[in-house]
Amino acid sequence: MTDEVTEKIVRIIADQAMVEPGQIKPETTLDDLGLDSLGLVEVVFSIEEEFDISVPYNANEPNDSEFDISNVAAISAAVKQLIAEKG
Amino acid sequence: MRRVVVTGLGVVSALGIGRDRHFEGLRDGRVGIGPLTRISLENLSITIGAQVPDYDETEHFSRSQLTLYDRVTQLATLAGREAVAQSGIEIDEALATRTAVVMGSSLGGMTTIDNNYKLTYGEGKTRVHPFLVPRLMANAPASHLSMEHGAKGPNWTVSTACSSGNHAIGQAFHLIRSGGADAALCGGAEAALVWGTLKAWEGLRVMSKTACRPFSKTRDGMVQGEGAAVLVIEELERAKARGATILGEICGFGMTSDAGDIVTPSQADAARAIRDAMADAKMGAEEVGYINAHGTATTINDRTEAGAIRNVLGEHAARVPVSSTKSMHAHCIGAAGAIEAAAVLMALSEGVIPPTASHEEEDPEIGLDVVPNTAREATVHAALSNSFAFGGLNAVLAFRRFTG
Repeated sequence: MTDEVTEKIVRIIADQAMVEPGQIKPETTLDDLGLDSLGLVEVVFSIEEEFDISVPYNANEPNDSEFDISNVAAISAAVKQLIAEKG
Repeated sequence: MRRVVVTGLGVVSALGIGRDRHFEGLRDGRVGIGPLTRISLENLSITIGAQVPDYDETEHFSRSQLTLYDRVTQLATLAGREAVAQSGIEIDEALATRTAVVMGSSLGGMTTIDNNYKLTYGEGKTRVHPFLVPRLMANAPASHLSMEHGAKGPNWTVSTACSSGNHAIGQAFHLIRSGGADAALCGGAEAALVWGTLKAWEGLRVMSKTACRPFSKTRDGMVQGEGAAVLVIEELERAKARGATILGEICGFGMTSDAGDIVTPSQADAARAIRDAMADAKMGAEEVGYINAHGTATTINDRTEAGAIRNVLGEHAARVPVSSTKSMHAHCIGAAGAIEAAAVLMALSEGVIPPTASHEEEDPEIGLDVVPNTAREATVHAALSNSFAFGGLNAVLAFRRFTG
């Protein structure tokens, strides 16, 4: 996890979960970090602000939305995809 | 009939953070009004207000709380903590569902609304923070009070402009008296010293650019303030059983509507609210030892209110001290009634009648003892607190000193 996008995402998640970025691994899930639904919404907001993208995340059905939040690696891949689509 | 007493009080106002600072300001006749320092004054003709001084939110709240707490919730929470601590009430499992929260707020999370209108309408920002809704909703202060103290009984928020605080306390009093709850956190909170609100008030052309001088012939309008006050009130027997210190008793509540004009008050209906509160408390005119006036320092309010008081109290009116503490903490709108209940509780429990500060010249149309500029020591056995709101909504509370 050395690329810039991932680093920024890790920083956002770490900040929200109040842990050190070093504690976050690609396979870390947001549950592992104890982020509740409101915390997750804040993470999505911070990602949108950071990368100026619009994340298709629906808080009603977090696991069924188009945006994969299963772990940090999945979030990073999805964000890179959104950045690429933006052009 | 169940009796209802006050066992805890918390206040945050321009006179300071905490009940002691607030009382000290009232006793000294200290004016908490000054230049507004927290907002841009660009294109505003109103540049004064009554801000909570020396307030750093990070001293009182965690980062995750601040994400969810508008300033109005912060002030209410601080007042709630102080009130609960003073009362010594323990809201255990049995009491939780019997403890209500009733708060007044006219405008709710106005800082959140104002900042984000500016960002979106003004600056074209397309994305907003996810928690604006729970921050700005008017019931946020009441909900956070319930969460912090585990109060699981009835919980609601009253929005009746300048009468919100009195309506909230009065309804909580009714609820306990009628057996719907045994204890309540009640009061009001307002934190609307933001550009948009001040611009709107500017439009009404009722604002003073210099000071709030209620009942003074030289008055030139009202001044906006911010703050919160929370009272812990309880059914008398349970308060006595646990050995609580009783600050005063709430004995009566009167509420009426002018059904007339949206802004111009009606003397007859204000008088009716005062009379109803006194009748509810079985309080005679000669018993009233202090009135905390609505006293906004607009000519129409002050004369209408003075007329209503003279009308109800008759020849006794001239002998009753009547003060407007808005002269010091300004008009805190939805928190006004609650912050002014604090002044009444000070008079009842400490024997100090707060003055009407900034009083310069007697207005012969008033004809009352307005306690000009200097507090007065007196044993006050019974007191009234008036609130008369835009929309013609009148709410008057009647209190007595607790003597057993």
